Amino acid sequence: MRKELEQLNKIFDSRIRIGIMSALIVNEDINFNDLKALVDATDGNLATHLKTLEEHKFIKVEKGFVGRKTNTVYSITKAGEKAFRSHLDALEKIIRSIS
Amino acid sequence: MESEQKDTSLETLRQIRSIMERSARFLSLSGWSGVWAGSVALAGAVVAYLWLKEAPDFAYYHGTYTAGPPAAQAFEGYLEDFRSYMLRFLVLAAGVFTVAFIGGFYFTYQKNKQAGVKMWNAASRKMVINLAIPLAAGAIVTLAFAYRGDWIYIAPSCLIFYGLALINGSKYTVSDIKYLGLIEVIIGCGSLFLDPGYGLYLWALGFGVLHIVYGIIMWRKYDQ
Repeated sequence: MRKELEQLNKIFDSRIRIGIMSALIVNEDINFNDLKALVDATDGNLATHLKTLEEHKFIKVEKGFVGRKTNTVYSITKAGEKAFRSHLDALEKIIRSIS
Repeated sequence: MESEQKDTSLETLRQIRSIMERSARFLSLSGWSGVWAGSVALAGAVVAYLWLKEAPDFAYYHGTYTAGPPAAQAFEGYLEDFRSYMLRFLVLAAGVFTVAFIGGFYFTYQKNKQAGVKMWNAASRKMVINLAIPLAAGAIVTLAFAYRGDWIYIAPSCLIFYGLALINGSKYTVSDIKYLGLIEVIIGCGSLFLDPGYGLYLWALGFGVLHIVYGIIMWRKYDQ
């Protein structure tokens, strides 16, 4: 049990970061506003979590424009996908080990 | 402690699943949209049926003139008559599509409003684009058949392309839509080999009856 708990990635300890990764793993890319609606977070809060994930190179950020408005889109990196998948595996093991 | 950990893990997995689904698929289509679209299509088919009862016998012309200069001239005459006759059917079709679309949009909009979710998002955008591409191609092909006087292919091409559009769009919405699409394609392909006179009936079956049946199934499954 302890071994499995250690396999959980500390970075994915937050509900919002988990939400971001879940959305990005099944979509090529998503923009800021769509992410905000999906994970139900405030602008500032979401931005902070995105920054953390970006610093860990789990997500890529691309700034663009739609007309005059900035449109920032986020996508998952190979490293991010790998880390998130092993986090999911660890969660699954925890559930299996007890039931 | 252990069962607590298990509960949080289960809860996390549940959240992950929900976000994956909501972000990749537009799930809040209203069943009423289908019932509405089907009813409008049936009404349109009835109008078309009444018009066709008074129609000149274009069936006679089709494929009858194939060779020789006089034949070509006769065919030109047929085409001219046919195109001017066809015009009001195009207006009817455009009207049916517009009314069906507006009503269908309205019911889905209401459902989303009640649920308090944003309707226009990454998933719904993908669904619309993936529906629209085969649909636009189908509209052009169908118009070309109408323009060339090949009226026997109008109903089949409507059904086939619409079915393909649904199959394509189903990746981004409730997967039930895929089976509706498959049935439309099968009816469309089948109608190619039946007496062309059945075209309108099969069109009414595919666009009218099937939409109503599917709308009711969807309503019972997701809206109740």
